[in-house]
Amino acid sequence: MSAQPLAPPGAARPRAAWHAATVTDVRRETPTAVRLTLDVPTWPGSEAGAHLDVRLTAPDGYQATRSYSIASATPGGVVVLAVDEVPDGEVSPFLTRELRSGDQLEVHGPLGAFFVWRPGQDDRPVQLVAGGSGVVPLYAMAAAHGATGDGTFFRLLYSVRRPEDAFFSDELAALTGPSFELDVVYTRAAPEGWAGPVGRLDKGALAAATIPASHRPRLYVCGSTRFVETIATWLQELGHAAADIRTERFGGL
Amino acid sequence: MSSHLDGNALAGALSDVFQGDVTAASARCAGCGAVSVLAEAMVYPDAPGLVVRCASCDHVLATIVEAGDRVFLSLSGMSTIELRRRP
Repeated sequence: MSAQPLAPPGAARPRAAWHAATVTDVRRETPTAVRLTLDVPTWPGSEAGAHLDVRLTAPDGYQATRSYSIASATPGGVVVLAVDEVPDGEVSPFLTRELRSGDQLEVHGPLGAFFVWRPGQDDRPVQLVAGGSGVVPLYAMAAAHGATGDGTFFRLLYSVRRPEDAFFSDELAALTGPSFELDVVYTRAAPEGWAGPVGRLDKGALAAATIPASHRPRLYVCGSTRFVETIATWLQELGHAAADIRTERFGGL
Repeated sequence: MSSHLDGNALAGALSDVFQGDVTAASARCAGCGAVSVLAEAMVYPDAPGLVVRCASCDHVLATIVEAGDRVFLSLSGMSTIELRRRP
């Protein structure tokens, strides 16, 4: 992912608009997800954590629109998405199975002024908590944090079923260092040689692998609706203020 | 079958109606009086449009139905929205 000088705090963010996008790369991200690189000549760039809407139009004129998080605070002109297939979905099976380099898409964005991280806003640490494909906007925040050399302490807790289900594994591992710590929870199966527990996250494990409330972190939680609501409730029970917890739900079962 | 989304997903539909992005704006529920940013509301996308409900009391805050080049927007479940002037 390439670095981009992000807009200074308080600067007007790019206005949302419809853009014509051309797919330039499709690669498998996980067994059920693809990473899409889009060439969007009119794209103004986006804040870390923002999303866009993809609109598909069938030959009979029927349209379906879905929101997808942008995987990086990308420079103008390029957008990277990582799309997980929703069984029986209207849009994601087309994106994950049928889309090829050279195909055209209509995208609307950049969108979202709430679930975004802006470098340099203050020196409070940042705790990210992701479930499955919910890591996409949080990866964008971690990448922007790394690219801007922002000194804020970041920590990401990432819950995945199995090692092969993790998005951006190599990129996240490469970002780790003194100002970015990565903790992975495996709920079904762990990599070979894994010494930690395997199983669903509980409140104790959440407390052990996140920045304590006494350090007053800003928290961003993204995943399925059930995951986000469980985590947000536990975080409040652990002493974090509701106003410090920003959430984004992608639905799911 | 999927469960609800949240108000972050409203950004696209509302950007056609409002200047700028209003999902970070605070709104007061006309049902229970709770004040929350729109991004934290619950959004049900499976109706013919989007149904936005208060996360505290489930009251319908807003509905957005798109039909061709028209948008039917109801905000009757919100008594106040605090918007920020553009810089």
